[in-house]
Amino acid sequence: MPSSRKLTVSRAMSEAIAQEMRADPQTFVMGEDVGAFEGVFDSTLGLLEEFGEERVRDTPISETGFIGAGVGAAMSGMRPIVELMFVDFIGVCMNAVYNLAAKNTYFSAGNCKVPMVLMTGTGGGYNDAAQHSQALHATFAHLPGLKVVAPSNAYDAKGLLTTAIRDDNPVVYMFHKGLQGLVWMASPAGAATEVPEESYTIPFGEARTVRSGRDVTIVAISMTVHGALAAAEELATEGIEAEVIDLRTLVPLDRDTVIESVKRTGHLVVADEDYRSYGLTSEVITSVVEAHPDYLKGPPQRVAMPDIPVPYSRPMEDAMLPNAERIASAARHTTGRG
Amino acid sequence: MSATKDDLLWMYAAMVKARYYEDTMATVYMEGKKPKFDIGAGLVPGEMHLAAGQEPCAAGVCVHLRNDDTVTAPHRPHHVAIAKGVDLNRMTAEIFGRVDGLGGGRGGHMHLFDPAVNFVCSGIIAEGAPPAVGAALGARMNGRDAIAVSYVGEGAPNQGGFHEALNLAGVWQLPVVFIIEDNSWGISVPKSKSTAVADNAIRAPGYAMPGVRIENNDVLTLYDAAADAVARARAGQGPTLIEVETYRYYGHFQGDPEIYRPKDEVKGLKAKDPIDRLYHYLMDNQITDSSDLEAIAQRCREEVDAAYAFARKSPEPAPEAALEHVFV
Repeated sequence: MPSSRKLTVSRAMSEAIAQEMRADPQTFVMGEDVGAFEGVFDSTLGLLEEFGEERVRDTPISETGFIGAGVGAAMSGMRPIVELMFVDFIGVCMNAVYNLAAKNTYFSAGNCKVPMVLMTGTGGGYNDAAQHSQALHATFAHLPGLKVVAPSNAYDAKGLLTTAIRDDNPVVYMFHKGLQGLVWMASPAGAATEVPEESYTIPFGEARTVRSGRDVTIVAISMTVHGALAAAEELATEGIEAEVIDLRTLVPLDRDTVIESVKRTGHLVVADEDYRSYGLTSEVITSVVEAHPDYLKGPPQRVAMPDIPVPYSRPMEDAMLPNAERIASAARHTTGRG
Repeated sequence: MSATKDDLLWMYAAMVKARYYEDTMATVYMEGKKPKFDIGAGLVPGEMHLAAGQEPCAAGVCVHLRNDDTVTAPHRPHHVAIAKGVDLNRMTAEIFGRVDGLGGGRGGHMHLFDPAVNFVCSGIIAEGAPPAVGAALGARMNGRDAIAVSYVGEGAPNQGGFHEALNLAGVWQLPVVFIIEDNSWGISVPKSKSTAVADNAIRAPGYAMPGVRIENNDVLTLYDAAADAVARARAGQGPTLIEVETYRYYGHFQGDPEIYRPKDEVKGLKAKDPIDRLYHYLMDNQITDSSDLEAIAQRCREEVDAAYAFARKSPEPAPEAALEHVFV
């Protein structure tokens, strides 16, 4: 009988990496403070002790250098897992990601491959201001050649990371700091879950229907899944039954599951912690409307970070982040019960 | 150390082949671009950066390399690709944007990838340096004695990524050889106006590695320096930085009006052409004779001509093939 136990997201991630490193000597981790510190957001717990400094490699603060080195290592047959501590730091090293990792497969007609995972911490909600709080999901999902993953819970975190490590393409694995289960940062109750001890994969491009409902479809990802579930509970008390879909991956994007749900509910709310304009929320709505302009019986709603830098002060940030209240309000509005 | 006859003749061939390749390209590139130059028109569209004059940088280093050694090249890559042994037919077809190209026409002349000889390209300045570090890291982690060579121009040492790569190679003592091709010009800006030091090799001690400056585009002194650097790298003794003073005969790109450089500069450079000098070295030292050298040159020209013929005959890709190979 396979056993499972409740794990935090960070424990689940660390376990996925450890199991893949045991299985494949080409797999290794590098990044800032991934060794003795075990990852600033606990993504490499126990790895240095088990695998040593050669395969759990602390880097200098040189994201351009070590992410570019990850690309070169991946192209030479390794399977690097490279951590970009905060996704906000992509500003100093984007070239290695979008001009090298994302394009070398295409340039070479698939003769070269880049099996690299770039794992990176996202999200706000703990007053870290605009250089350490962004989600930036769409920044990566917009660029062809990258797969983009953003788990909402420990079970998915392990399975999706295992899939990412085994993928022969570059995968950007975006974990929300507020879901990690850090002792120094609050996380929602649903983030830590039962996680099987054995290794398993979750296919990319398969959304999960977290809650079934007939009245409105709420599409979410990463942290907003938890807000969507809380909103659904609130809406149920008002007689509105919401279906909550966790996309789990942005690229590939499971449009079919969303469309099938909206066909039944006729109403759509999309919640994402990334910026409102030009983002995931618009992409999901467009995917539905473009294919089936007749499905929606009310105006689709976006619940996202307004187009402002993430503010520092608690009342400002709390008011701007997508949360259960804003998601519920959007659901009421689109169903005409607001 | 001095080069063996085999190595000398190999370098001569690599240089002659690269020169003839670039001079041919300069002509072919203009097909369909006259009388009015339009960069997107003609047989070979897009930007074209030719390396005539810079052949010693390629030949003097790649002579020491094996197929399993990785080379990363920048936007001016043909001479290095030729010296590394990239498939000349498929490289030329790629530059023509044809279906038989290395990338089936998806990359073009700045993005040549030939995994058979571990040759990769990037059109972004200095951005081949970090991947070279990664290739060297991968080789070492796998217990292989393969090394990596990163080619950049003299503009690249003013980019952050270059320094991050040198520091990584230095702190991890990786088998990397960094080659700076110093042709004096970053497009229109002379090195003296862009770079705080005249000699980039003096930056090497800052990264715990030896630095060597090769003067006067001399393939023989480069041969010796690169032999040392490659041997050190292969023996696990860490990275080396080599800056080579070299010559750029053409403009930064074909169509460059070159209003920024003195009209007689190239004439002066050609008077000390590195291929001519190697030819005379081989003759004066009675290493070989003129008929042998002419036979080598003839074989090189035939190989290049065949590559251009191959590219001309290769079909254009189906437009919808553009949608393939985003992922493997």
